[in-house]
Amino acid sequence: MDISAQDIELLNRVQKNFPIVSDPFAEIASELGRDKSEMINRLALLEQAGFIARFGGVNNHKKMGASTLAALNVPTEKIDEISTLVNSFREVNHNYLRENAFNLWFVVTAATEGKLQEILSEIQRRSECELLDLPMVKSYHIDLAFQI
Amino acid sequence: MIPAEKQQLLLDKLSSGLPICEFPFRRIAEELSLDEQDVLEFYRTSLANGTTKRVGMVLNHQRLGYRSNAMVVWNVPGELVDHVGELLGREDKVTLCYQRPRRAPHWPYNLFAMIHGKCRQAVLAEIARIRKENGLENIEHDVLFSTRKFKQTGARYAS
Repeated sequence: MDISAQDIELLNRVQKNFPIVSDPFAEIASELGRDKSEMINRLALLEQAGFIARFGGVNNHKKMGASTLAALNVPTEKIDEISTLVNSFREVNHNYLRENAFNLWFVVTAATEGKLQEILSEIQRRSECELLDLPMVKSYHIDLAFQI
Repeated sequence: MIPAEKQQLLLDKLSSGLPICEFPFRRIAEELSLDEQDVLEFYRTSLANGTTKRVGMVLNHQRLGYRSNAMVVWNVPGELVDHVGELLGREDKVTLCYQRPRRAPHWPYNLFAMIHGKCRQAVLAEIARIRKENGLENIEHDVLFSTRKFKQTGARYAS
């Protein structure tokens, strides 16, 4: 599936200032001068093809509960095993391998700080790796929209 | 008024995904046995008070050709960290910029900026430009490219 200039315009539009109204796509379609049904079908296709990760949004972790960025220094030969262990926690929502001695980086969110610390301790204990707990102190950029 | 447990479910819906269809909020309201107007009001309030940062489509950068992603970490003296954080936060290609604690002895970095680009070369060029234009060349930093993605989902809070 190829992305057209019209798709890019649409993808840039639907990332932010999304109308919170009953029929939001009608507003966007009229702004972009497109047919609403055709546009909704196109968005559904773009989602199916994986260009759109989800239609939803991003909550402010600080106001929701506890969250942190954590890192483990995993020996290369144990990467598959430990990443599977980390992924098995449903409180883990991002998990990436990165180029550093601390090579496995993941975000943990939980309803309370106590629960969060419990999960981190368990991951540390079961992985037998050194763990960095790096909660956000301050945000300098909160707009996650990404113009393409 | 929406009961607390359903408020949590509505917030989690933003992470797990709303349906792409003609009346998406009505569909969610029906699913949770709520009134559509109450759901709309809830999301508007949540955006207004900062509980929700954004409602809309979340793109898959990699799928769109932005295959390279680096977490750039900086060791900024305490009195400069807000200033440098704001400079980085203003850069177009920086999608996230957070201050986080240092962890001695192995982790001296207190400022994190995420940068996406079409390839590693483009990201490195962008980092060099950002360092030069903002006068950050003397600040110790490291670039952690991601080499594999094991998981990417929205956050969940409801138990």
